[in-house]
Amino acid sequence: MREIEVSVIIEAVAQLCQEANFELGKDVVAALKKAEQVEESPLGKETLKRLLENAQIAKKELLPLCQDCGTAVVFMEVGQDVHIVGGNLDKAIEEGVRQGYTGGYLRKSMVKQPFSARVNTNDNTPPIIHTEIVPGDRLKIILMCKGGGAENMSRLGMLKPVEGRQGVIDFAIKTVEEAGGKACPPLVVGVGIGGTTDMVMLLAKKALLRKVGESNPDPEIAELEKEIFNHVNNLGIGPSGFGGRVTALAVHAEVLPSHTASLPVAVNLQCHSARHKEIVL
Amino acid sequence: MTAEKIRVASPLSDEIVAKLRVGTQVLISGVIYSARDAAHRRLVQTLDKGEKLPFDIKGQTIYYMGPSPARPGQVIGSAGPTTSSRLDIFTLRLIEAGLKAMIGKGDRSQAVKEAIKKHKAIYFVAIGGAAALLSKSIEKSELVAYEELGAEAILKLTVVDFPAIVCNGIYGGDLFEQAKAQYHRGG
Repeated sequence: MREIEVSVIIEAVAQLCQEANFELGKDVVAALKKAEQVEESPLGKETLKRLLENAQIAKKELLPLCQDCGTAVVFMEVGQDVHIVGGNLDKAIEEGVRQGYTGGYLRKSMVKQPFSARVNTNDNTPPIIHTEIVPGDRLKIILMCKGGGAENMSRLGMLKPVEGRQGVIDFAIKTVEEAGGKACPPLVVGVGIGGTTDMVMLLAKKALLRKVGESNPDPEIAELEKEIFNHVNNLGIGPSGFGGRVTALAVHAEVLPSHTASLPVAVNLQCHSARHKEIVL
Repeated sequence: MTAEKIRVASPLSDEIVAKLRVGTQVLISGVIYSARDAAHRRLVQTLDKGEKLPFDIKGQTIYYMGPSPARPGQVIGSAGPTTSSRLDIFTLRLIEAGLKAMIGKGDRSQAVKEAIKKHKAIYFVAIGGAAALLSKSIEKSELVAYEELGAEAILKLTVVDFPAIVCNGIYGGDLFEQAKAQYHRGG
């Protein structure tokens, strides 16, 4: 049994919160630069330029990339030979989020009773935590800061099996089209296919963790990603919805087997401020 | 720079509003007020009760924005626009009360677009997610009301050359619809 102290976890999570909010991933920056090259619309091009400038300012001045510093979504892969000592693992993650958001001057966006009083918890807790037990003696923590605008425009579709591949494509296009400028394009479009209602949404969200533009290793799924990507970028929505060729930076699809009566599809939209960082302890 | 940008002063005069066409890029200087969902709810409740609003809304500009906290010595944290359509339900009342201009991101409802036309108001969009950059155009921030709402409190902001684009104005039309029509490809 390898031991990991919760204090180490708290500190690591706090740091991930700040890194994610101040420094856009290299893959996202590269995708935005490439988008700026291919964008035909002058206003779209200028918007992409501004977004790159924004990323530079954020990094240099430790200012959040977006005022919406997001819900802290944490994906953990806990090695089965790891022993967490000194406290509760979930509480440690929560404390890390609390310290990261408070110490980093990040906006706290979580409200306690969403259907009524909507009082802010004032420390951006609780985080949303997904835990997986894996072989080994390491603890991997991935932190995603998920903004409200793009999350609001994400959708679940329980398609009829007969709708098949085309149904999946149409559902993804429709979701991006309805999101328009509201979800802050250019987007990373996470598509989950299969599983159950709960699992397909998680699958779509996990698809967003992939390096921007990296295809699914399964050629059939990669082909589907490409087709959705081309369709979406023909919508004309463009950066910020101001018109143009680049509505999506990438489409990432993940697939699971499903019940014979079902074809679940989930589309989780990620704004251009695609913020996630990870650490292996 | 792709197109000429027009400098406008906020609060906006009727003469300026009449000059602004859909797609016009502007640099706004002057005073604007931040307000999001919770603040809008309270403003409309105040109007419903026939009471006085915490600031004179006549002719003013509202920015749909809740900033990240300012670091010590800074004016404000990051400060980009939030999704405007969530506020659509409150907007008509505020326009009727005299609100002149709005800044946000994303499209508006048909009812809001019609109210903008009818009451000679205007809706600008700023780049969503360009929050660190946009904060550089804010030179002063003062608390006006609802401090307990934290990031959703109403702030009086003094801006200099705040970049935005006309989305809906007094002549009708819509930036998002026009942009899509122009760049849409295929069936």
